[in-house]
Amino acid sequence: MLSRLAEHLYWHGRYLERAEGLARLVNVNAHLNLDLPGKLAPGWEPLVRITGNPELFQQLYSSDGDERQVTRFLIGDKSNPGSIHSTLSLARDNMRAARDLLPREVWEQMNKLYLEITEQVSGNLSKRRRHEALNQLILGSQQIAGTLMGTMSQDYAYDFILIGRYLERADVTTRILDVRADDLLTDEVEGLRPFESIQWMSVLKSLTGYQMYRRHVRLRVTGPDVLKFLLRDRLFPRSVVFCLKAVESVISGLPGDDDRALRSTTGLMRHLNEARMIGLKGQPLSEFIDGVQIEIAEIGAHIGQIWFQAGSDRR
Amino acid sequence: MDLNDYKVKGFYDELVTQTGRPRAAARSVWKYLKELDAGELAERKAACEVAALVAGITFRVYFEDAGVDRAMPFDLIPRVIPKKEWDDIQIGLEQRVRALNMFIDDLYNDQNIINDGVVPADLIAGSVNFREQCRGFSPPLGIWAHICGSDLVRDGKGKVYVLEDNLRIPSGVSYMLENRQVMKRVFPELFENTRIQPVDEYASQLFDTLASLSPRPVEYPSVVVLTPGVFNSAYFEHAYLAQQMGVELVEGRDLVVDDDDHQVYMRTIAGLKPVDVIYRRVDDEFLDPEAFRSDSLLGVPGLMRAWRAGTVALANAPGAGVADDKVVYAWVPEIIRYYLNEEPKLANVPTYKCSEPEDREYVLAHLDELVVKPANESGGYGMLIGPHSTKKEQAEFAELIRQDPRNYIAQPTLALSTCPTFVNDEVGPRHVDLRPFVLSGRQTYITTGGLTRVAMKAGSLVVNSSQGGGSKDTWIVDTESARGSR
Repeated sequence: MLSRLAEHLYWHGRYLERAEGLARLVNVNAHLNLDLPGKLAPGWEPLVRITGNPELFQQLYSSDGDERQVTRFLIGDKSNPGSIHSTLSLARDNMRAARDLLPREVWEQMNKLYLEITEQVSGNLSKRRRHEALNQLILGSQQIAGTLMGTMSQDYAYDFILIGRYLERADVTTRILDVRADDLLTDEVEGLRPFESIQWMSVLKSLTGYQMYRRHVRLRVTGPDVLKFLLRDRLFPRSVVFCLKAVESVISGLPGDDDRALRSTTGLMRHLNEARMIGLKGQPLSEFIDGVQIEIAEIGAHIGQIWFQAGSDRR
Repeated sequence: MDLNDYKVKGFYDELVTQTGRPRAAARSVWKYLKELDAGELAERKAACEVAALVAGITFRVYFEDAGVDRAMPFDLIPRVIPKKEWDDIQIGLEQRVRALNMFIDDLYNDQNIINDGVVPADLIAGSVNFREQCRGFSPPLGIWAHICGSDLVRDGKGKVYVLEDNLRIPSGVSYMLENRQVMKRVFPELFENTRIQPVDEYASQLFDTLASLSPRPVEYPSVVVLTPGVFNSAYFEHAYLAQQMGVELVEGRDLVVDDDDHQVYMRTIAGLKPVDVIYRRVDDEFLDPEAFRSDSLLGVPGLMRAWRAGTVALANAPGAGVADDKVVYAWVPEIIRYYLNEEPKLANVPTYKCSEPEDREYVLAHLDELVVKPANESGGYGMLIGPHSTKKEQAEFAELIRQDPRNYIAQPTLALSTCPTFVNDEVGPRHVDLRPFVLSGRQTYITTGGLTRVAMKAGSLVVNSSQGGGSKDTWIVDTESARGSR
């Protein structure tokens, strides 16, 4: 398989999952703000930091970031390369470049999803319409994944979509935990404690994980248990370890004897499984998550070097 | 379908004689179409359109944001040629392409045809498609134009002429293949009752032709199709042929040439994989920024080096276009006689060479009757159609010809043949041409028929798809062999 096409499919997988992740991230923050009493609510500024481009936000909006501005920046703003609009557009462009390898329906679904969502989010969104658009995006992304699973031969082309999707999903889950970790910095503030359980429920729900958590963990919702569930549950498809296992299983079937990507994936799973979750909160949790994100980025870099850059030393 | 009113208006018609009766090879399709009522006909037409869209017979036109597919007009009435007549045409095409390949090989090497005074030396000096980079080289088998598409037309008497030869990157064969698929789906009954020669062999013949060029003597050489990319108007055909041959469709950036052994490789997830044969659909000038345009992003740096080192075959060979020049065209009868010592079996359209003083004076005096063509334009651009032109346009062309006589030829306007065509719920005569494809490798293969292009506008002689032309399925029908023997 041509490296160029493999790379396009990998990035398609990543960008579509990233768009879905952004939708989930905005949703979880909206829920947190609704659940917490006014003065304790986290506001919207943390999202700008967690998604990684506060400088651009300052440049475009020159403000601290209220709900309207932050959601505009993260959802419909074309001048933010990390917005849902830009990310969906990249997911579509990458799929188009490799569309001859995919079932025709999938390309049509991707195209339709892009056109529908970008149209809905182009103007100012009311909260209700925003929620609808984000849910539609989440479902549309799931539909594409499902159609691929049900109609595409599970060849290398499929493998690279999977790798992109699962690696990005692991990253998204850590970023959603980041929202909560950031908020936990103020954990000692008087009056927040009664709401702790509710906050963690919001996190689970944003990852469609509440029901699964209740079935498999059977405990009341507490910070350390949710952390354990989202970082290293072996069965829940959005837990970081589950995603890494999926990546590991796919890349071990790819050609080549360069095992750097495989080793870094296994290494990260070991770190996650060995980490102590009890008492992990606030600043240490935030630092721990940063470390996980760096290791995920390393896996991505290795994948690029091994499978996408054949012959780059020659020319 | 009401075919009784179909009138042949002073042209040779492909399906019907001057008295309005169907020609022998077209009898069964004529009868069948006649018996369809308006409803059945509309149904067939709609089915054709749907089948064509589903099959993806489309030009891809990309706008800034949304990709849209525009269907190429497809006419459901086939163009029919008797097998016996086709057999003669095939022999003529084979002869012509063989001579053209010998001519190209000679031009880049000893230039005997010029030294012997058969064609003038400025024939090359003035050709924009002559590539200095190819001098002193001869590709394997001495073949330069492995895939040739020659356009054939008929005059008012039904005689077949070659109108032009496309030796660079002729396109359209995918429409020929898809048109047949659509017809078989929509008119299965007709295929049961008529001996129509199949066309489906093309992709495997193309693969065999390409594979026969491989410098490495292996059973399954690595063949690729090189496309400029998704934004090219013929991208559909590139993807289609790659898929039908089961080979990789690559872009320039997928290939790399090793600086030491000049081997071409493609970048794959399993590392670098050697490439033996490249069916390139990228123009000469964009093929290799080292050898041609240095600003080309479509090409592969070092590809010409590799080709000249003999590690890779390019089809068609760079520089093959020198023989696709319309001025060279005028000399083809002499070229055939010179190399093969045979008389041409397929006629050239009578052609005036503006580079020859006598011809030039005639052309300048008869601009209102002639079609004047520049040497190196394709797609029907930059032409003067005398009878439909104004005095002002004629004066402009007279000036152009005087400034650069080498660049112009002129031909009498041909009364192109017509074929019944279904347009706006009516059947009327429309002008057609025919583009067969000739494959030359270790063996020669000629498509059964080819792509019939049709001018959808009444009276129009312009069949080019870029100017609104459509296409038809082309049937080579065997009327002589006994029924039921297939």
